[in-house]
Amino acid sequence: MIEQVLLGAATVFILVSLVGIYRAVAGPTMPDRVIAINFIGSNVVIVIALIAAAIGEPGALDIALVYALLNFLLSIAISKFQVERGGVL
Amino acid sequence: MTPREIAVLVLVLGGAFFAVVAAVGLLRLPDVYARAHSTSKSETLGAVLALGAVAVTYGIGFNTLKVVLLLLFMFITNPTAAHAITRAAHELGIEPWTGEEGDEP
Repeated sequence: MIEQVLLGAATVFILVSLVGIYRAVAGPTMPDRVIAINFIGSNVVIVIALIAAAIGEPGALDIALVYALLNFLLSIAISKFQVERGGVL
Repeated sequence: MTPREIAVLVLVLGGAFFAVVAAVGLLRLPDVYARAHSTSKSETLGAVLALGAVAVTYGIGFNTLKVVLLLLFMFITNPTAAHAITRAAHELGIEPWTGEEGDEP
């Protein structure tokens, strides 16, 4: 029962990420695309955690943690190197 | 249904709802600042609810500690990343949209 609920939620998060792909392709400006990629990355972290709980594989939680770290670093790095002498934080 | 199953169901439904809200905001709102506003807040709350469902699934133990660390990390870093992106957009010279209703870009 719990496994089916978690896998169904993972399906919803994956389908929602398709909107992020649309915005990353069509977004008129560069920050639009960065926001869309950040959205997709957060959804991927959630999907990894949900699947780790659903199939009983706790090692995948470490992958989710590292993925969240890389996602944050990507957003900060792209924002920082877009602007001249970037102080974005 | 046991109380744990009901709690997991409620948390997962809330997380999926807020993810859909973030997607609608990303699809429909007119400019960068509005999209960042909608996406960062709704997506953070959806992530917290979904990871809370995972933590409730695991019960008390070492795995729950890892999930709670992940939850706190996303709760701190997601708005920070949105703030950095939006500030970079401001320094790039992107003007906020101030048009009338009906002529979205």
